[in-house]
Amino acid sequence: MELAASSGGFRIFLMLISAVFCNNFVLARFLGCCPFLGVSKTVGGAVGMGLAVTFVMGLASLFTTMVQLYILNPLNMAYMQTIAFILVIAALVQFVEMFMKKAMPPLYRSLGIYLPLITTNCAVLGVTILNINSSYGLLESVLNGVFSALGFLLAIVLMAGINERLATAKISPILTGFPISLVTAGLMSIAFLGFSGMIR
Amino acid sequence: MVTQILWPLATLGGMGILFGLLLSYASKKFYVEVDERVALVRECLPGANCGGCGYAGCDNLAAAVVEGSAKVSACPVGGAAVAEQISAIMGLTGGTDFEKVAAYVLCNGAEGGAREIYHYDGVSQCAAAAQFDGGPKSCRFACLGYGDCVRACKFGAVTVVHQQAKVDPDKCTGCGACAAACPKGVIQVTPVKMRLTVACRNTDAAKKVREVCARGCIACKRCEKACEYGAIHVAGGVAQIDYAKCTNCGKCAEQCPSKCIVEKI
Repeated sequence: MELAASSGGFRIFLMLISAVFCNNFVLARFLGCCPFLGVSKTVGGAVGMGLAVTFVMGLASLFTTMVQLYILNPLNMAYMQTIAFILVIAALVQFVEMFMKKAMPPLYRSLGIYLPLITTNCAVLGVTILNINSSYGLLESVLNGVFSALGFLLAIVLMAGINERLATAKISPILTGFPISLVTAGLMSIAFLGFSGMIR
Repeated sequence: MVTQILWPLATLGGMGILFGLLLSYASKKFYVEVDERVALVRECLPGANCGGCGYAGCDNLAAAVVEGSAKVSACPVGGAAVAEQISAIMGLTGGTDFEKVAAYVLCNGAEGGAREIYHYDGVSQCAAAAQFDGGPKSCRFACLGYGDCVRACKFGAVTVVHQQAKVDPDKCTGCGACAAACPKGVIQVTPVKMRLTVACRNTDAAKKVREVCARGCIACKRCEKACEYGAIHVAGGVAQIDYAKCTNCGKCAEQCPSKCIVEKI
């Protein structure tokens, strides 16, 4: 199905399926692999990380698209996109962390520890640039950010579930630890290859 | 030409300054008051986040100590040294009443001949093996030796030798994570200065105990009679030492016919 030719609610549905399955950030685009491999030891931690990424990706999509549409485009400065977006994302994450600490201590204790990790998560910069390249508007950018992060959430939770079982499995010593994680991630990626091409 | 350089400079510089000001304002506006003693106490703690104190990690214990809801000696890992440092920070004088404790595996199955009664080939985990009729050992109270305690230990103090867990008392910090992980409940955390322990949890009748292990407690009560201080009693089919009364004299161990009262070190 063609994403570009669709419209309305169906277009949003296609965006969701595309971001979560067909173009999954970790398993198809290979962005955000560091937290995917690092914070996937337990399902609880993976869910926390995934939700924090969802929150930040949604906000970052909103602000970076605003910066692109209202500052960079009018001044013909699209070539400054990368550096401007990094600036916005870093400042945003810092601000959110401080705000959370003060206003929502319980949420900070469960999600806040992941926020510094997200600042340097390439998936966040990736989604903001993809938003612009796909010429999404403000609302669509935010939706795409949230949907992409849901794909990340799905991937990291699946990985954590497998890792929890791997921890008690009999694995050959040479494969224990990081190697088996990479093999697992590769197999998951191949499985997600089955979704590719469904939505263009 | 000049505008091509100046505009980006001004815009990006402006954005940078704007964000900088915003963040510095936010850091004042959203500043959270923290008792500075919490950070000091936290620095003294070992940072293993083992949960041996009963709190979820060292940060929570530090907050609880400063709040007054936890004792300065609450950290079993840090021992007396950390307890002293913390009591100094908290401005307390006098002793820290810290007592070093260590875990011990209450099973002599490896020496006493607790055999495998079937071959277990499932997930290599005590909790899983215990699901199958209490595990493959002939004694249903025996240490299974699949190392749930080894994985629970954050200090590398537990090893499995001959299908039986063994705690290194020097490395053991007494956090009790192994005891909590053991599906058989054969690990006990006791004061280190108490030498003796009844290394058996078998509550069955004497004949049944003898059938499965030569070193099991048969509840003969000879230790009870030997003890001059009333510190050891057979309760529920197995002898138990009351460490509040025990004097380390060792008379019970001399009398024990199956040699299941052992020195811990």
